[in-house]
Amino acid sequence: MKALNGRFGLPHPMLSVTLFLIWQALSNGISGGSIVLGLILAWLLPLFTRNFWPNNPAIRRPFRFLTYIVRVLWDIVVASISVALLVLNPTRKPRPAFVAFPLELEHPLAISTLAGTISLTPGTVSADISDDNTLLLIHVLDMEDEADLVETIKKHYERPLREIFK
Amino acid sequence: MHIALEILIVVLLITGGLFALAGAIGLLSLPDFYTRLHAPTKATTLGVGGIVFSSMIFFSFGDKSLEVEEILIMMFLFLTAPISANMLAKAAMHLKVGRMEDTKGHPWEQ
Repeated sequence: MKALNGRFGLPHPMLSVTLFLIWQALSNGISGGSIVLGLILAWLLPLFTRNFWPNNPAIRRPFRFLTYIVRVLWDIVVASISVALLVLNPTRKPRPAFVAFPLELEHPLAISTLAGTISLTPGTVSADISDDNTLLLIHVLDMEDEADLVETIKKHYERPLREIFK
Repeated sequence: MHIALEILIVVLLITGGLFALAGAIGLLSLPDFYTRLHAPTKATTLGVGGIVFSSMIFFSFGDKSLEVEEILIMMFLFLTAPISANMLAKAAMHLKVGRMEDTKGHPWEQ
């Protein structure tokens, strides 16, 4: 039974659910046809792409993830305004910097989520990761204090992600 | 459509447009490649966000049916924007693109 499930079952239940919901949103109104096609896609796509997901991404606390998204959206709004003000003010020069951020996260999916979040919040872009996955290189558009920045990222993003992924 | 909704839609459209404009100005005026990388990938996040959100409200209340495709636009944008920014930054580091003289820290040699 387990071998059968491995070959024809649902290797990634969360991925299947997400795919199904995305298909319903894409197909403009839920109908019988969209549900059938959504189920087929939710079953086949994870099966075909299984080789690209070597170890299961494990989200422990899905609801914590929702509050994380809200916090990131809020940070995007705040940071967008400060970047826009900086860009529109000709008398202020940016103070760019490269910062090596020491990672506490270990799960690859958690690290890429953190890197994506850092890139999404205006003013910071994650540029590279060290070969041993312990440092994340971040380019900052306008940096006041390095320790301050690292502490903010740790507090706002890394610690919640540590609780979400385990 | 209620007047308050129309005002909300207009405000969202204008803020979205302003942020997109700020992104374009930043692309023009910032001094080096790495700082220019910030303007379009960032200010546009909120720019497109505002426009997409106002479109969602307009069509949801105009056609009296909930529109959710716009959320997908946001989702795909949020998934792909960081990756393209990361690729650009990596390529720039690989090519050793010049950076502002007073940049603190330095890119890695890998």
